Amino acid sequence: MKATVLVRPKAGIKDPQGEAVRGSLAKSGFDIVSVRIGRVVDVEVETSDREKALAELERMSHDLLANPLIESYEIELLEEA
Amino acid sequence: MTPERPKVAVVTFLGSLDDHDALWALGALDAEAQLVWHAETELPQGTSAVVLPGGFSYGDYLRGGAIARFAPIMDAVIEFAKAGGLVLGICNGFQILCEAGLLPGVLIRNASLSFVCRDVLLSVERTDTSFTSRCEPGQKLRVPIKHGYGNFTGSEELLAELEQKRQVIFRYEGDNPNGSLNAIAGVINETGNVMGLMPHPEHAVDPLLGSPDGALILASLVDAARERRTALV
Repeated sequence: MKATVLVRPKAGIKDPQGEAVRGSLAKSGFDIVSVRIGRVVDVEVETSDREKALAELERMSHDLLANPLIESYEIELLEEA
Repeated sequence: MTPERPKVAVVTFLGSLDDHDALWALGALDAEAQLVWHAETELPQGTSAVVLPGGFSYGDYLRGGAIARFAPIMDAVIEFAKAGGLVLGICNGFQILCEAGLLPGVLIRNASLSFVCRDVLLSVERTDTSFTSRCEPGQKLRVPIKHGYGNFTGSEELLAELEQKRQVIFRYEGDNPNGSLNAIAGVINETGNVMGLMPHPEHAVDPLLGSPDGALILASLVDAARERRTALV
């Protein structure tokens, strides 16, 4: 099964990358309020069992793909074609 | 009688750079330092302290230290630390200890987004630890930094707790090179046996290399390791 994990910096946590991009966009003339930069991880797991896939994705997101101290994550399971 | 040379294990991860410098510095400071490969599952017998050196393990992919934290040797290091063993993480080693949950907080990209490589002044916040016993209260140490992810951060609650429990051991003096909250350069765990710092004491153990101040930190660790070794005999 295929899934996408979205990792984002949590609210209140500094994001120097987002801040730099915000500055650059503002200089380019865009009216920018804020930019926050996260990460997209596309994962394909062996199992075709939805529940099992979600449990595995939850564990890998919590333990490795995101650092829960500073990042939140969302798991999106893609429907089989 | 020559004092006993305590065994200090220096872990080499894929992408460690400063393992040999740490090995040399610890050896020069009267430790019996030994490299341990990341794929090992046990620390050498009689290990009195572990050093996780600097470098760019796994290319800093995902986050600094995030992947190294799952290296086979880390189970043994975590077990050693939980049993009260002395563990020092330098730079990438600090990041690995944070990722492994052995130290609080996390190190994110420098506020400037630039890699910084220069000497900094550190203020020693505590001298009653296994890592700073050779320092004088209020002493300033000149030690180099070289990192892109050295910006110590965490929640406001975590910061307040670290300050209240006096877990901040080193702060950048003057100019803050990476945007670390409260200018934090090094923290210790609650039980006082695990410390991490971004600056590199192993690059500052000889005046020829610009400063001998880092030797105070590593020699403190060697002293503490020796005491523990003796206590075990």
